[in-house]
Amino acid sequence: MDNLFSLLDGFATAVQPIYLLYALAGVFVGTAVGVLPGIGPAMTVALLMPLTYSLEPTAAFIVFAGIYYGGMYGGSTTSILLNTPGESASIITALEGNKMAKSGRGAAALATAAVGSFVAGTLATVALTFVAPTAAELAVKLGPVDYVALMVLAFLTVGALLGSSVSRGLVALFLGLFLGLVGVDAISGQQRYTLGVPVLTDGIDVVLVAVGLFAVGEALYVGSQLRRGPVHVIPISKGWRSWMTREDWRRSWRPWLRGTAIGFPIGTIPAGGADVSTFLSYAGERRLAKGERKEEFGHGAIEGVAGPESANNAAAAGVLVPLLTLGLPTSATAAIMLAAFQRYNIQPGPLLFENESGLVWALIASLYVGNLMLLALNLPLVGMWVKVLQIPRHYLYAGILTFAVLGAFAVNFTPADVVILLVIGLLGFFMRRYGYPVAPLVVGLILGPMFEAQLRRALSISEGDPTTLVQSTFAVAVYGALLVVVGLSVWLKGRERRLEAAIAEEGETDQVEASVGTVTKEQS
Amino acid sequence: MSVVVGYLPHDRGRAALRAAVEETHFRGGPLVVVNTTRADRLVDPSFAQDEELVELHDLLETSGVDYELRQFTSSEPAASDLMGVAREVGAELIVIAVRHRTAVGKLLLGSTAQTVLLEATCPVLAVKG
Repeated sequence: MDNLFSLLDGFATAVQPIYLLYALAGVFVGTAVGVLPGIGPAMTVALLMPLTYSLEPTAAFIVFAGIYYGGMYGGSTTSILLNTPGESASIITALEGNKMAKSGRGAAALATAAVGSFVAGTLATVALTFVAPTAAELAVKLGPVDYVALMVLAFLTVGALLGSSVSRGLVALFLGLFLGLVGVDAISGQQRYTLGVPVLTDGIDVVLVAVGLFAVGEALYVGSQLRRGPVHVIPISKGWRSWMTREDWRRSWRPWLRGTAIGFPIGTIPAGGADVSTFLSYAGERRLAKGERKEEFGHGAIEGVAGPESANNAAAAGVLVPLLTLGLPTSATAAIMLAAFQRYNIQPGPLLFENESGLVWALIASLYVGNLMLLALNLPLVGMWVKVLQIPRHYLYAGILTFAVLGAFAVNFTPADVVILLVIGLLGFFMRRYGYPVAPLVVGLILGPMFEAQLRRALSISEGDPTTLVQSTFAVAVYGALLVVVGLSVWLKGRERRLEAAIAEEGETDQVEASVGTVTKEQS
Repeated sequence: MSVVVGYLPHDRGRAALRAAVEETHFRGGPLVVVNTTRADRLVDPSFAQDEELVELHDLLETSGVDYELRQFTSSEPAASDLMGVAREVGAELIVIAVRHRTAVGKLLLGSTAQTVLLEATCPVLAVKG
């Protein structure tokens, strides 16, 4: 019951007009960046972080949470109408959603995605409400050894298991860990990797790295291929109230619930963000479909949109559990939110629910409110979100670069930070160009120093005996889980490949049909 | 002598196209249909896509005029592309669609129609959809 009262307190804060306004701003910006491919919630939170220094923490986190949730909603719109996923968690949605749109059922796909996201987001927030305090109570009992184990789990899942290439993920992770080492050693006071440059003695600020990689790197990448032909938007019918038929509702509600059930736990364990859950949900729905419905998969089955879309929203809420209770981020956005917490001198972890209970519960309450706002924003305003895609790239990215440099300068008001930002931006460009994931680098950078501190604490308690790392039951369980996760991911990758091959095959036959009716364009 | 028309895949664009077809019947000579994009944004509604092109070809085939479609990506504004094509084919007339614009719109954005009207070296027919 305590939780419920705290939650009510949280609501009392979150429904104050000024916080409602912040939440609205957050979900609005979040949806916009979710719609735009290449610009994700992680980059947006990183860009806005320096601007929110003047806000109090509660307001800032309500904005960030809104951006995070909004990004998940917005991604589905472009997946369905353009076959261009706005962010990675919406890739699966494009499979069935775009086919639905092509066969004239785009409105139903958008509606099931939005309502599914709302249902899943709300249910997962309820789950978060009850799981998080319990998890926090358990987390209090964890020692340095257990944290080391958890962080190893987080490193390996984010670095090695989530991306398409294990080696590239690990390279990015170790680059992040290395950048985390730059600066003064917290215990001995020695300078490490500062090259004698005074600017580097304080370490490299997380904001600089995040903004440099996500914003500057992406802007350079887009600049390198500014003129790519416009894509076709599938027009949708007006009158959003009649978008879903009774049949659509009947076919959608079970995938919504199943998607939530898959997404939340996967988000919760430090074993991956939303992408994995969307894939699992899609594969599950495909297997569960019977008869005619099974035939429909690959040609626009509504279950294939409803399931994955609810799974990614549920996972987004799930990711907040380890973030708030353990201080462990398992996605790029969560990593940047952790950096934001640190900036306000708030350490997410077991004690957060006791020390900052007002902030946490207001944040959770604002998630409920944000979900409701997103449902209201998304269904009737789809036309407007599609218009966002008509913004010329040079205006958009010039704006982003300006914000990025301004934000970098605002961190410490030193011009040297801007130089560091640009160097990291160049690194980000090459990483993007050659297919290295950015998220492991950010997670490595943020968790690296914490990992080092916990590891050294564990080793100094055991007086340098490394076997202490496997002498706690919890740690052994985590390493065991890690083995299981590795095994599962190998199996999952195999399945994913087979599924992709199957879809590619179907896609090829479709393309042949389409190209018959295509008029060859004159190029000059 | 030929007629050049700036085609846009919406009602006003189609009205301009119909007017251009009529003019071509009247004046003779081929009709050059121009549709370009700067490809600097993800979605450009004024760039005709597959289905719209099929519809365009159907319309032009049934009209019976001798036509040529020029669709391309260029870094120039649409007005320059249109006038460039007109110069190249030695056009006798350029046909464009015009529309009503708000005061704020006029303040903030340039106008393709205005540029063509003022700078074209041949007569321009402006069609209000």
